[in-house]
Amino acid sequence: MLKNLPLSAAIGLSFTAIYFLAAIFAPVIAPYGMADVVGDVWEPSSAEHLLGTDQIGRDLLTRMIYGGRTTIWIATLATILSFTTGSVLGFLAAVTGGWFDQVMSRFVDLMMAIPSLILALVILSSIEATVITLIILMGLLDATRVYRLARAVAVDISVMDYVEAAKLRGEKLGWIIFREILPNALSPLVAEMGLRFIFMVLFISTLSFLGIGVQPPLADWGGIVKENKEGINFGIGAALYPAIAIATLAISVNLVADWILNRTTSLKGGRG
Amino acid sequence: MHPILTLVVQRLALGILLLIAASALIFGLTEILPGDAAQAILGQAATEENLANLRAEMGLDRPALTRYFEWLGGILTGDMGNALTNKLPIADQIGKRMSYTLFLSFWAALISVPLAILLGLIAVRYQNRWPDKLISGVTLASISLPEFMIAYILVFFFAVKLFWAPSFANISPGMPLLEQLHAISLPVAVLTLVVLAHMMRMTRAAILNVMQSAYIETAELKGLTTFTVIYRHAFPNAIAPIVTVVMLNLAYLVVGVVVVEVVFAYPGMGQYLVDAVVKRDVPVVLACGVIFAAVYIVLNIIADLVSILANPRLRHPK
Amino acid sequence: MSKELEHLSAKVAAGQMTRRDFMGRAAALGVSVVVAESMLSSAAQAATPTKGGHMKVGLQGGESTNSLDPALAASTVPFQNLRAFGECLVNVAPTGDLDFRAAESVEADSEGKVWTFKIRKGVEFHNGKTMTSEDVLKTMQRHSNEDATSGALGIMQGIESMKADGDYFQVTLGTGNADLPYLLADYHLVIQPDGGMDNPGAGIGTGAFKVEVDEPGVRHVFTRFENYYGEMPHIDSVENIVLNDNTARTAALQSGQVHMIDRVDPKIAALLSRAPNIDVRSVAGPGHYVFIMHVDTAPFDNLDLRLALKYAINREEMVEKILRGYGSVGNDFPINAAYPLFDASIPQRQYDPAKAAEHYKKSGHDGSPIILRVADGAFPGAVDAAALFQQSAQAAGIPLEIKREPNDGYWSEVWNKQPFCASYWGGRPVQDQMYTTAYLSTADWNDTRWKVPAFDDMLLAARSELDPVKRKEIYSNMANMLRDEGGLILPMFNDFVEGVSTSVKGWIDDPNFGMMNGFAPHKCWLEA
Repeated sequence: MLKNLPLSAAIGLSFTAIYFLAAIFAPVIAPYGMADVVGDVWEPSSAEHLLGTDQIGRDLLTRMIYGGRTTIWIATLATILSFTTGSVLGFLAAVTGGWFDQVMSRFVDLMMAIPSLILALVILSSIEATVITLIILMGLLDATRVYRLARAVAVDISVMDYVEAAKLRGEKLGWIIFREILPNALSPLVAEMGLRFIFMVLFISTLSFLGIGVQPPLADWGGIVKENKEGINFGIGAALYPAIAIATLAISVNLVADWILNRTTSLKGGRG
Repeated sequence: MHPILTLVVQRLALGILLLIAASALIFGLTEILPGDAAQAILGQAATEENLANLRAEMGLDRPALTRYFEWLGGILTGDMGNALTNKLPIADQIGKRMSYTLFLSFWAALISVPLAILLGLIAVRYQNRWPDKLISGVTLASISLPEFMIAYILVFFFAVKLFWAPSFANISPGMPLLEQLHAISLPVAVLTLVVLAHMMRMTRAAILNVMQSAYIETAELKGLTTFTVIYRHAFPNAIAPIVTVVMLNLAYLVVGVVVVEVVFAYPGMGQYLVDAVVKRDVPVVLACGVIFAAVYIVLNIIADLVSILANPRLRHPK
Repeated sequence: MSKELEHLSAKVAAGQMTRRDFMGRAAALGVSVVVAESMLSSAAQAATPTKGGHMKVGLQGGESTNSLDPALAASTVPFQNLRAFGECLVNVAPTGDLDFRAAESVEADSEGKVWTFKIRKGVEFHNGKTMTSEDVLKTMQRHSNEDATSGALGIMQGIESMKADGDYFQVTLGTGNADLPYLLADYHLVIQPDGGMDNPGAGIGTGAFKVEVDEPGVRHVFTRFENYYGEMPHIDSVENIVLNDNTARTAALQSGQVHMIDRVDPKIAALLSRAPNIDVRSVAGPGHYVFIMHVDTAPFDNLDLRLALKYAINREEMVEKILRGYGSVGNDFPINAAYPLFDASIPQRQYDPAKAAEHYKKSGHDGSPIILRVADGAFPGAVDAAALFQQSAQAAGIPLEIKREPNDGYWSEVWNKQPFCASYWGGRPVQDQMYTTAYLSTADWNDTRWKVPAFDDMLLAARSELDPVKRKEIYSNMANMLRDEGGLILPMFNDFVEGVSTSVKGWIDDPNFGMMNGFAPHKCWLEA
C-alpha cells in the first residue's frame, strides 16, 4: 500500500506522525515540566531552551509539546464527531427527503444563522469548560457546516440513475447511504475533512482568545500564539513557533487528505 | 406558477419564520447569559442602589416575555428601538455599521471569489504538478494561521516596517474612494487570505470529482483542450458544492469578521455585536443577530437555488 | 558632557525632570550654577509651545455602547472624552494638591462638615449658556439623588444636604471629612447645564474642547473651545481613537498613525522605547493588582491559610515578570508612596515558602485544591500572574488551582462574588477614600468581606483628625492590621506606562491617572 507513496504524501504522513507521537508521549519527551518557570521572559533560543522561553519564562519547547497534545487531541475528536454526525444526517436528509429533510435543514439553518460567537459564549458561560465539553460543543456546532455540504453533494448523487436503481431494487436506507452515496461523495468530503480539522484548531484558539478555551496553565497552540502576540511587532519568535506548528500540521494533514483523495478516486475505477 | 418560483416563495416564507425563531432563540440565550446591561455598564462602580435605578430606567425590571414581545412588535412595524446603553437609535447605528461591513466584504469577495475559482481551475488543469502543489501549499498555509496572526504579520511588514499601508482602518464617510480603499487594503488582504483556501480547495475537489465521469472522457476524445473541458463541461456540473462553499464564505465575510475588525479597529457590525453582547444590550444583540441570520438565510436560499438550476435532474424533477 | 546636559535641560523643559535634579546633575558634571541656569533658560525657549495641530490618541477601553453621559462612564475612552469636553469643581494636580476649575476656592468649617465652594464667574458652556451654582447643584443632585444611575453614587453617599446660593455651592456632610474636595474631583462629576437632567448624553460641558464627532467605539473628535475661560490648549483638535487590541495600538504608534497610546504592555515597553521616535513614559501611581480572599468564607476564614497564601507569593518575581520593572512590590495593604501620609517603615513581606508551609500546616486545610479564579481582563497579565502564583505556592506545598473565567461577565459574576479571585484597583487620591471604598464594613465594594469594627473606628477617627502626625499614625495602624489579618494579597503596584511620539512636547508625569490624568491634550503640543 505504501509502495507508490508520492513524496508529498510521505512528507505529510511523517510530519503528521511526528506531531501525533509528540502529543502522545509529551510527558516523556518534554525537557521541563509544563508549567515550570525556568528562565527569564522571552529568552532567545539556547542550548537549555531550544526555542527560548515564553512570556513568563517557561520553556517554549515544552509548552509547544504539551500545547500540541491539547490541540491535536481536541481537534481530532471534534472533527470526528462533527463528520460522523454531520455527514450521516446530511445523507439521510438527502435520500429520504420530505419532512425529515425540511426539519433538519431548517434546524441547521437556524443554528448556522445565529452567530457562533453568541452560541459559544452563552453555552460556555452556562456550562463548565472542560476538554470534553469543548469537544462536544465544537463538534456539534461544526456538524451543521458538514451537514450542509454533505446534503448538497448527496442530493446531486441521489438523483443519479444508479441510486434510483438501488431504490427500485428495494435496498435498505443504510445500503443506499453507505454503499451508493458515501463512495461517490467521498472526495469532496475528504477534502473538506482536512480543512475542518484546521478550522477546529483555529476554533480552539479563538475560544482561547475569548478567554473561554482550555484552562491554564494548560494551553493550546493558538493560546500560546495569543499569550506571546505582543512580541510580534518586535520580531520576537515566541508567537511564530506555534503559528508555524499549526501551519505545518495543517498542511501535513491536508497532504494526507489529498493522497487519500487520489486513492479513493482510483478505487472508484476512475482514471486517477 | 413555475415550480422554481413556488420554491423561492416557499423558501422566503420559511425564511421569515426562521428569522422569528432565531430572534426568540437569541433572546433566550441572552437571558441565560449571566448579568444584565445595568451591571455591565456600572461594572466595578455598581451598588445595589444605582443598579436598581438603572434597571428601572432601562425597563429591565419587567418580565422577559413582555420585553421580547415589545421588541418583536417594534421590529414588525419597522422600529428597532434605541440601545439600552447609550440610547442612540439602533437603526442609525446599524445603518452606518452595516455599510462599512458590506464595503469591506464586497471588496474582499470581489477579489477572493474569482481568484479562488481561477486558482482551483488552474490546480485541476495542472493536477499533481508543481502549480497545483504550490497553490495548495500557499493557500493551506494562509488558512491554517489564526486570523489575528496573519493580520499582525501583514501589519508588521506593510505598516510598521514599510509604511505602505495604515496599520488600522481609520475610515470615515466623507473620504474619497481611493483613500478608503487604501485604508482597508490590509483588512481586505487578510480576509482574502482567510477565505481563499476553502473555496479554492472545494473548487478543485468538486471538479476533480466530475472529471471522472464518462461525458468528460467523451469531451476529451472529441479533442477539446483541457481548459475547455474543465471550463465548459466539468465546472458547470461541479457548481453545487462550489456555490455552497462560496456562499458559506460570503456569509462569513459579513458575519464573521470580528477578529479582523478588532485588529484593524474597523467600525463594522461584528464589533458592534460583540460590544452589545458584552454589555448585555439586548435590543442591539437582537437586531444584529436577526440581520446576520437574514444574511445567512438569503445566501443559503441562493446556494440551494443555484444547485437546483445547475443540475438538470433537479431542475426537472420526475 | 555638554551633550548630556543639553539632553537633560531639554528634559526639564519638557517637564520630565525637575529643576533641582537638573542642577544636581550639572554640579556633579562640574558645571557652574550660572552656566547651568543659562542652559536651562535656552532650553525653555527652545521648548516654546508650537500652536495648532491635530493630536491623535490611541486608547484601549472604548465600546460601541459608550455614551457621553458622565454618569455612565466606566472605561478609559469615556473618561478621556469627559476630560476633553467637561470640567469638575476641582481636579487633583500632579503634585497631589487641588487644582480649582469650576470652583475658584473652597472653605470648610472647623469640623470639616460644611464645605462651601465659590463658583467661578464667566464660565461658559459649549451651548453658549453661562454656568451658575444652580447647574453645579443640579449636577451633584443627578449623581446622588435616589434614582441616580451614576457610577459616582458610592462616593456621594456621605452627603447630607446641598444647596446653591448665588456664587456659592454648599455641601453638608453627616460626619466630618477632611478630604471632601478630593471626592468631588471624581471624573464623573462633570458640570453640565441644568445638571444634565434633561439630556445627559448631549456632550455639553465647560471644558477646553467641544465635541465635534462622536462615534462610540470608533473615534471621538474634539476641537478647541474658543470661549474657554482658562489656559487654552496648544493644539487645535484632538481625536481619541479606540484601539482595544494591544498589538494594534502599538503598531499604530510605531507606524506613526497616532501620537500617543495608553496602556503599553510592560513586556514590550523596553522594546518600544528603543524606537528612535518614541518615548515610553512610566509613572508610578496608586493602582494595584490584587488577589482577593473573602475573609468570611471557608477556607479563607482561617487566618493561617490567608497568611500561608500571602507568604507563598513571590512579589519580586511578579514585578519583574508581569510588570517588567514598571511597577513596585506591594505589601498586602492598598497604600503606597503615591499617597500622602504613607508609612514607609512598615516591614516588607517577603516570599517565604518555609513560613508559608508552616502556616499552611497550622491551618489544617484538607489538601484539596484552592481555586483561584482569574480572567485575562482581571488585570493585564492576570492569567500569567496566576500561573506564577501557582508555581510559587506549589514550592510551599500549597495546591492552587487556576480557573480561568471568561472576560465577559467577570466583573458582574466573579469579582465580589467568588471567594478568591484576581482583580485590580485604580487607586484613589487619598487614603481615606481608598479604605472607605473597599475596606469599610458597609462598603458596597468590600471585595474581601473585611468587616472589622475596630478598623472602621480607626478609619472614622482618621477622617476627622486634623493633625497630620496623628492621622498618619492611625493610617499606619490600619495598614498593619490589614497587612497581617486582611484578605488582600497585593503583590504589585503598577505604573502607568504610555507610548508617546517624540513630536509630542510638554509632557508632565501625573501619578493620578494615565495620559497625564487625562489632560495630555490640554497641556501638550505637537512639534512639526
